[in-house]
Amino acid sequence: MTNDFIIEKLKAEFGEEVYNFVELYDILTFNADKELNLKILTFLKETPDLSFTFLNDLTAIHYPDSVGKELCVTYLLQNLQTRKRVRLKVYTEIKEPDVYTASALFSTANWLEREAYDFFGVNFVGHENLIRIMNVDEMDYFPLRKEFPLEDQTRIDKDDEMFGR
Amino acid sequence: MGRPVTHNTKIKMVEAPPGVTGEGFFTTKLSEVVGLARSNSMWPLPFATSCCGIEFMATMAAHYDLARFGSERLGFSPRQCDLLMVMGTISKKMAPILKQVYLQMAEPRWVLAVGACASSGGIFDTYSVLQGIDQVIPVDVYVPGCPPRPEAILDGVMRIQDLVKNESIRRRTGDQYQELLDSYGIQ
Repeated sequence: MTNDFIIEKLKAEFGEEVYNFVELYDILTFNADKELNLKILTFLKETPDLSFTFLNDLTAIHYPDSVGKELCVTYLLQNLQTRKRVRLKVYTEIKEPDVYTASALFSTANWLEREAYDFFGVNFVGHENLIRIMNVDEMDYFPLRKEFPLEDQTRIDKDDEMFGR
Repeated sequence: MGRPVTHNTKIKMVEAPPGVTGEGFFTTKLSEVVGLARSNSMWPLPFATSCCGIEFMATMAAHYDLARFGSERLGFSPRQCDLLMVMGTISKKMAPILKQVYLQMAEPRWVLAVGACASSGGIFDTYSVLQGIDQVIPVDVYVPGCPPRPEAILDGVMRIQDLVKNESIRRRTGDQYQELLDSYGIQ
């Protein structure tokens, strides 16, 4: 299976709805609108010639400067027969970070989406149990969003001048 | 002909506390005797989460040998132990568990924070890590180092022993101690 074959298949099915095909770190990467994510994932999983049946990873990225596309959700899929990988990226604005859940399609996505919610606040619509998975339940913000400082803000014994803040 | 078995005659005994000796009796303070007994038979509970725990294993092993201080018996149930040794990074999610372990220990109990992470959060000045275990439980002795060498851990244990030896038997029922526990929300 070559990248060109995958692109051809995707274009035949979705036309101009899939775009920005590039090869990043030997993995074919492309973008789509967030409303289409489930359709594309289902197509990649269930088309016999493609059969990307394994979800390697699902995570989010925060780009604070790209207005209207602040949060990116990436899906890394793998075909277990040919070991080919493909990466799908969808973008959403941070004010309304709703993305359809892939947990019905891939069971792995259940915990991965909880993690993306925990750290970035992506709201996976339709997820059956979207609660924090890694951080303490009392946490009231999404720590990996760029507007929050990495350091623990409850600490009072550090002298700002000595630590360059 | 000497006996085939030779006994170790170089045993070091702890000195008796100051007191009055007479014919067939010896008087001293009860707190001194209790402190002497407690300090030389500490049962540590290791709460090891990372590299400081490895140093602790070296401390327990033959070369450094914590047994020389009467602490060779590690208890792995908090109900049996007097000394909680916290070694390693404690994340905020671990904090309630650490507090529960502390609550399960019976009085009198002491806490030794080993290493930079347990004492202050160390290099992990980040949203997920507790910035020192003294935010959730009272700590008696802090051992610096990242990780501390076994000698430093031994020094920390010896300082705990000093505290135990000199502690008044009324301390744990006093108002000051109760205030300390109240400040941590411990009954």
